[in-house]
Amino acid sequence: MSLSNEQVGHIARLARIALSDAEVDATRAKLNGIFDLIEQMQAVDTTGVEPMSHPQELATRLREDVVTETNRCEAFQKVAPQTEAGLYLVPKVIE
Amino acid sequence: MSRTDWEVVIGLEVHAQLNTASKIFSGASTAFGAEPNVQASAVDIALPGVLPVLNRGAVERAIRFGLAIGAHVADKSVFARKNYFYPDLPKGYQISQMDLPVVVGGAITIRVGEGEQAYEKTVRLTRAHLEEDAGKSLHEDFHGMTGIDLNRAGTPLLEIVSEPDMRSSAEAVAYARALHALVRWIDICDGNMQEGSFRCDANVSVRKKGATEFGTRREIKNLNSFRFLQQAIDYEVQWQIDTIEDGGRIQQATVLFDPDTGETRMMRSKEDAHDYRYFPDPDLLPLMISDEWKARVQAAMPELPGAMKARFMDAWGLSAYDATTLTASKEVADFYQATVSAAGAALAKPCANWVMGDLAARLNKAELDIGASPVSPAQLAGLVARIADNTISNAIAKKVFEALWNGEGTTADEVIDKQGLKQVTDTGAIEAMIDEVLAANQKSVDEFRAGKEKAFNALVGQVMKASKGKASPAQVNELLKKKLGA
Repeated sequence: MSLSNEQVGHIARLARIALSDAEVDATRAKLNGIFDLIEQMQAVDTTGVEPMSHPQELATRLREDVVTETNRCEAFQKVAPQTEAGLYLVPKVIE
Repeated sequence: MSRTDWEVVIGLEVHAQLNTASKIFSGASTAFGAEPNVQASAVDIALPGVLPVLNRGAVERAIRFGLAIGAHVADKSVFARKNYFYPDLPKGYQISQMDLPVVVGGAITIRVGEGEQAYEKTVRLTRAHLEEDAGKSLHEDFHGMTGIDLNRAGTPLLEIVSEPDMRSSAEAVAYARALHALVRWIDICDGNMQEGSFRCDANVSVRKKGATEFGTRREIKNLNSFRFLQQAIDYEVQWQIDTIEDGGRIQQATVLFDPDTGETRMMRSKEDAHDYRYFPDPDLLPLMISDEWKARVQAAMPELPGAMKARFMDAWGLSAYDATTLTASKEVADFYQATVSAAGAALAKPCANWVMGDLAARLNKAELDIGASPVSPAQLAGLVARIADNTISNAIAKKVFEALWNGEGTTADEVIDKQGLKQVTDTGAIEAMIDEVLAANQKSVDEFRAGKEKAFNALVGQVMKASKGKASPAQVNELLKKKLGA
């Protein structure tokens, strides 16, 4: 399988990455290289093997339902470009 | 072609906010109404290097829900990243569940309509999965910018997805109400719709009666009241039928309901549909739920509405209608049970009548929830007991109830005593009143003797009035008949 330039453009848009035409070509070559790897892996017979979501057979750790965090808003907002009345300000977005 | 040639198909997705103390993946508080961003931890605002740790309380609530609806609670479920960009989602993805949700299947029985037309129906559930909520965007004017409050980010949600089993807006509302009552009944969600704790999305399509394929659906987003749910579906159904009958086609889309106009309008078409690129979240290992954990949750499960309804009918002889009404919410059921336990099981039926009748009407008038009733279950039980032992008539009981409501006494007995409302059962006293009434109403007496039955009722009314309502109407009837030789 190989990707078209159009598909590369779509993936880049989803990731909010701007690519020039030259970059699209280069990215397409790299992504197609990944597909070659996948093709090799797909050659392995996996009949009867249950797919895993994670590489280890481990269960997630759980925490008790208690509030452990304190208000650190002021420290967090020191690194924000712009804040007002406790809010983070971002360029206007209306969907 | 008319409306009746079409069949409506509806499925609902409900987001129920779980009532945990802390967030699903962090130890920040979930309390509503805090100052902006004071409950947003490093995990919630997605600072680099932080890792999510799953809240046991959120999982436990999902298990409780699954068991309550007879679903399969998965031994193993997996969290996935749902990727999209929006400023109130600082990680750039929402942690949700996709291929392996925590709850699979299950069903809820709903009651639709009122009186003779009412019917029961079972709605199947597809799945329910755990996920985190996003923050809030405030679009009011911050010098042309948008304000972001991340207090809500990371609040645990259970997304509950039904099969497309509903065939009218009434069925959709009945299902949403039943689900709303259930999540509060099993205490996993506070159900506060104004605060967004229970939000509905409706998938709506129409097809010709008898068709086997579903029509193309449109999804109405974010309906936060049962009234809007009904209005939005009714408008959408008519719009889809009109569109098809005018020769158009329905395009798959996401729409928003505008409560001001009562209309739905397109938010995005299928072409602009988000491409979420779900994949298993590498930061979270699979969630494993043991049989032993499920058994513990099952053991702590309160009696469910269906079982309680059956018990009310079997043990206390209530009708199906009464039993359904009294188990429609946990608060009503609790109040009713407390009343019966104070009054005795023999008075279960009159207790039911008072809770569903005078009390419900009075609460409605005062716009109060039953939990805030000024008349307590013990007070109501005392009142019902005094009617049962003939101390007061039903008419006087209404007065006593009003007095209790207004705090004019702490018990029915005290009110009856203080206001002298005890029923007069002394035959001599009633006969004396009858004599006075007869003497003063010769005209009615003559009319009665001339064969006018109505005149008799007028005389009974006069005697009741003379007794200030305290005589027993049955006794007055009997004595009056005797006096008139009827």
